[in-house]
Amino acid sequence: MKRWLAPLLLIAALLGLWQAAAASGALADLFGIEDFLVPSPAEIADTLWQSRSLLAENAWVTLREMLLGFALAVAVGLGFALVMHVSEFARLSSYPPLVALQTVPILVISPVLVIWFGFGIVPKIAIVALVCFFPITVSTLDGFRTVDPAATKLMRTLSASRAQILRRLDLPSAMPGFFSGTKVAVVFTPIAAVFAEWAGSSAGLGHMILQDNAQLDTARVFAAVAVLSALAIGLFALVTLAERRIVSWR
Amino acid sequence: MLSARDLQHSYGDLVTISSLDLDLPEHGVLGLVGPSGCGKSTLLELICGLLEPSAGSLAVDGAGSATGRLERCAFMPQRDLLFPWLSALDNAALAPRNAGLSLRRARERASALFGRFGLEGFETARPTQLSGGMRQRVAFLRTLLSGKPLLALDEPFASLDAITRAEMQSWLASAHSADPRTLVLVTHDVEEALYLSDRVVVLSPRPAREVALLAGPEPRAEDRDAAVTDPAFVAVRERAMRALHESAGRERVP
Repeated sequence: MKRWLAPLLLIAALLGLWQAAAASGALADLFGIEDFLVPSPAEIADTLWQSRSLLAENAWVTLREMLLGFALAVAVGLGFALVMHVSEFARLSSYPPLVALQTVPILVISPVLVIWFGFGIVPKIAIVALVCFFPITVSTLDGFRTVDPAATKLMRTLSASRAQILRRLDLPSAMPGFFSGTKVAVVFTPIAAVFAEWAGSSAGLGHMILQDNAQLDTARVFAAVAVLSALAIGLFALVTLAERRIVSWR
Repeated sequence: MLSARDLQHSYGDLVTISSLDLDLPEHGVLGLVGPSGCGKSTLLELICGLLEPSAGSLAVDGAGSATGRLERCAFMPQRDLLFPWLSALDNAALAPRNAGLSLRRARERASALFGRFGLEGFETARPTQLSGGMRQRVAFLRTLLSGKPLLALDEPFASLDAITRAEMQSWLASAHSADPRTLVLVTHDVEEALYLSDRVVVLSPRPAREVALLAGPEPRAEDRDAAVTDPAFVAVRERAMRALHESAGRERVP
């Protein structure tokens, strides 16, 4: 109960401040713009309700992109880490290209991916996965490095094969690292999905934000952002839940 | 069961074992005592086939190659190294699992011995929920269930408090007489080595060589406290201590 109370109070206080500043027109005056361009939380809440079916429809599109892209990122991230853990050659050769890949601005390559894969869901999944797999790979690899060499020797005298050592010792040892990377990755999914939609799409919260911005409907932009945040918090909570179940010894 | 002739080992220029002869019959217990860093753990890794000697011969049950020795030796590390993600039962059942037994069959094997090891009722407990003595017993059971003919114990009770250590020593002595195995016991505790072993090799500081070969008095008293306070036992312990100190080039502190 208390764990929820503190963040709720903080959010309520910030919303209250925002409400006061926006409703009185102080924020708009400060920016030197029209009052209607600075929506108050109450107006945003109203828009959330008014546009609920439109928001839900688009949220579902974006959520699917996030979930599938994230699932792909987990598979690829874990896969890369495994291969790099097992093979020193793979680790040494693929680390620099992977880092280089992370420095490519996602805004630049997403239009290219749209050209390659079309306007469907495929380029969105690819972009979300591209953004999210790297932290998973890096921290899972760090997790593998925490394997106690003495434990490996012990397993060898207990007649374990290389594959059994990997399954019964290395993978469980790497799980805390895997989850810390996964938690970082999961909060990137909405940003990545929105960028992907901006590069070319016909639906989704990112698509909606782009249109509403063009129409100066700032209240609905914020409403869409609120839905996006809720999705991210939900996914983060799911990952945390999975972590508690799997890394039960911490 | 174990035989070493002119065994030598070095890491690059660092000579860890200069020349060592060891003999251990089946179901015997060999104690290895030496100062910290004298190469005791290296010696165990050599015996278990985790390392190859630089020179000399080393055979376990007739097998001289590292793979051959690895197949015949199980190792109980200094820290218990129980896996925190496994229950006590599943930790103990690791070797049968590695041997390809199903989870159910492997657990049956381990749980059959849980009572004898004083672990009944703790099958599903995680290692963090066990006391130090219990953790060592699970670790020992895990080594035992490997079914290997030679068990190498590296300071198995070093991490325990004095009272628990004494308890574990009498427990190991009775477990060994009930179900004899061939044991190599590395320790820096002279009393522990003499109490548990048939013969004790006292090693010099690095590079390790034998400075004394001793045996506790026979027959040993059933009760540990009686055994270690027996004047004959105390006398052997004195000789072992003197050998240790002389090899370290230091006079005994009175």
